[in-house]
Amino acid sequence: MSNIITSTDINAALGNNAGNEVPIVNIRNLNVRSKSAHILKDINLIIPKNKITVLLGPSGCGKTTLLKCMNRLTDLYSELKLDGSIEIDGEDILSGKYDITQIRQKMGLVMQRPFPLPMSIYDNIAYGLKLKGVTNKAIIKEKVEKHLKEVALWDEVKDRLKTSAQRLSIGQQQRLCLARGLAVEPEIILADEPTSALDPISSRVIEEEFSNLKDDYTIILVTHILRQAKRLADFVVFMYYGEIVEYGPANEIFENPKTDILKEYLQVGH
Amino acid sequence: MTKRNLIDNISSKWMIVCLSFFLLLPVAIATGLVLKSEDLLSAHSLSDLIFSSDWSPSEGQFGFWPFILSSLWVTIIALIISMPLCLLAAIYLSQFAPKWVLEFMRPVIDILAGIPSVVYGVWGVLVVVPFVGETVAPFFNNESLGYSILAGALVLSVMSIPYILNMLLEVFRQVPIQLGEASLALGATKWETIKHVYVRKGATGILSAYGLGFSKALGETIAVMMVIGNVVQEPASVFDAGYPLPALIANNYGEMMSIPSYDSALMFGSLLLFVIILVINIVFRYLIYKSEEK
Amino acid sequence: MTLRRKWEETFFRVLSAAVALIVVLVLAHIIYTIISKGFSALSWEILSQEPKGGFYMGGGGGILNAIAGSFYLAIGASLLAFVVSLPVALFINIYLIRYSRLLIGIRFFLDVLWGIPSIVYGAFAFTIMIYFGLRNSLGAGIVTVGALIAPIMIRAMDEVLKTIPIGLQEASYALGSTKTETAYKIFFKRALPGFATAVLLAFGRGIGDAASVLFTAGYTDHVPRNLSDPTATLPLSIYFQLGSPIEAVQQRAYAAAIILTIIVLVISITARVLNKGKNKKKFKTFIASKRKKAKA
Repeated sequence: MSNIITSTDINAALGNNAGNEVPIVNIRNLNVRSKSAHILKDINLIIPKNKITVLLGPSGCGKTTLLKCMNRLTDLYSELKLDGSIEIDGEDILSGKYDITQIRQKMGLVMQRPFPLPMSIYDNIAYGLKLKGVTNKAIIKEKVEKHLKEVALWDEVKDRLKTSAQRLSIGQQQRLCLARGLAVEPEIILADEPTSALDPISSRVIEEEFSNLKDDYTIILVTHILRQAKRLADFVVFMYYGEIVEYGPANEIFENPKTDILKEYLQVGH
Repeated sequence: MTKRNLIDNISSKWMIVCLSFFLLLPVAIATGLVLKSEDLLSAHSLSDLIFSSDWSPSEGQFGFWPFILSSLWVTIIALIISMPLCLLAAIYLSQFAPKWVLEFMRPVIDILAGIPSVVYGVWGVLVVVPFVGETVAPFFNNESLGYSILAGALVLSVMSIPYILNMLLEVFRQVPIQLGEASLALGATKWETIKHVYVRKGATGILSAYGLGFSKALGETIAVMMVIGNVVQEPASVFDAGYPLPALIANNYGEMMSIPSYDSALMFGSLLLFVIILVINIVFRYLIYKSEEK
Repeated sequence: MTLRRKWEETFFRVLSAAVALIVVLVLAHIIYTIISKGFSALSWEILSQEPKGGFYMGGGGGILNAIAGSFYLAIGASLLAFVVSLPVALFINIYLIRYSRLLIGIRFFLDVLWGIPSIVYGAFAFTIMIYFGLRNSLGAGIVTVGALIAPIMIRAMDEVLKTIPIGLQEASYALGSTKTETAYKIFFKRALPGFATAVLLAFGRGIGDAASVLFTAGYTDHVPRNLSDPTATLPLSIYFQLGSPIEAVQQRAYAAAIILTIIVLVISITARVLNKGKNKKKFKTFIASKRKKAKA
């Protein structure tokens, strides 16, 4: 791939097209290697605050790995080697200087399939709060209610908060997982194909919530569904085989693709 | 009918015969043992047999309580020792340790699980019995030869480690990694994730591993018999000698035909063991099956 | 992160590592004890001779009776178990493959059967023997140990057969094979390396078991000549000789223990190596794909 995008290009793109966006994530020269593969190659990326940035690309192109780098869940996979830097609010989370548990609380994670923790609905939300050191029961209760309302789940579950979260429908579970992530009051929501396991109605609910949430949160959304990207994205990062091929405001990317790969992708749709 | 079909027919029948043999085996064991115990059961009430401590076969007194008590003591103490050890080792191997450590340990654990119980018994006689008699007992101001409930429990706990540890590793392996990721992403530490997510998610499996470990230890014969002393008494402390049920059966089969009702008593002992272990196995296997189904 | 959380994390990380290390050390100590005690007691005489007069008072001779007896017994029991286990394993994977509830039930049942302690098998076999007026013999030992190890063998074979895709079965029928031909010609061949592992595992269990042979095989100073002779076995030879107050006899128990341990170690390692080939990888990916499908 010839056109590796540098941070200067990105700044230019931001300056030209998006006004004065404040970057919240600043990734420089990020490389991820496993024993047998070079998974992410020289990633340089700036993600603006309070916008929805979509990581787009065919499956296996490294989108999920990039997402996992941002809250260092890559630590779990000992075969992955990371170098470069990822600055979140100006702190390089790869440097090891910072407390990773606090960094992770700046980000809420929504995964491909919902994974409710093996506890009650109430405790799923309270879990992160307790980890943050909140012990006041009244505050916890209040926040559980607030965040369940935020994802439009409160009315459906308010009478059975103490029952196991695993009994919810899969769409409800996914909204619960979103609420669980919001409860730690993150700045960023990392969403990894959050609607891929859901029925169309639940998918729409999640998408609507994302649009509402972007006033308060920065959302980084991984998807391979082109239509979803078009509906939600403010910015688009198009990835292909571990590299960023194009990056820019959504309308620019979708209406005026520069590379052949992206043109083809937009036509074929996957 | 062609020759091929004939062969097919005979072979299927033989398969069914073999399967039926195994399906009927426990029924046959139960029936055989019940029939043999009938002699004893007709002369004594069940509660007498189980709760009486009077064991004098030549006078026709068969109280199993000392044996049941010994069995329970030694098995429960063994489990108390091995349960936390296995859980922590399983947590380390599956969560904290580098991958190669787990890869290395899996076959080692399997191989250790296959070491015959008599070999553990030899180790018990050489190492554990003197350790209990010369080090542990004096420390508690107790005079013990070392052949004791505690020695039996220590040997048994070591024996049950590979068995339980293997099952626990499987339990943790089945917890989806994304569940751990979800907890870490909320800012939990690794240990908090283990405590609140892995252990909780695997609770049924962990309980079942302990349950099956208990039943396995309860039926263990030769290694325990070698180190526990085999004295008929209600043990009052862990330094006393004991006489668990399997040891009773194994030690006395030689003279069981020479004393009236003695054979019946030993078969009743086997029946007790069989029923208890069967029930425990069914309950915990069922729990495992249920938790895997989810 | 508060100091307490950090401390707790470190504490448990260290504690669990220490426990894992202790477990390894204890188990290594067992092997070490057996080897260090047994090695000096080993000699050609012990391996190659039957006990002579006054053996149990410290006289000459060896434990050939127990070594040979154990091999006869374990080989016989493995063969017997194989003859009855193979049809069962093939039956449930070919004839019952479509009846998933029944299949689950049978697997559940075999797992439970596996849990029955060997002393119960021994006691039960003994009552049968008394009923028919049979004496302790190699044959009776073989049957008892065979029944004891068969559930293990069936389940191990079953795990191998489970991995064979159903498409292979369909392909075989499509070519006009009967179920028996499919079972013995296609499945059997395909699963052969896995079966070798299953048999070895069961053999290892059989050769080490003491409680069931105590009742059924008897004990003798001679190598058995036919199935109706009683036979000595290594586990019992260890047990009886270790109980002796005479040092020289105890030494032989250690020798017997190291021989038994080495046999079992060689068998489990061989089984491991055999199992390590392609079979396992296929098995894992297959299971993974199956789980995904089940979830989807």
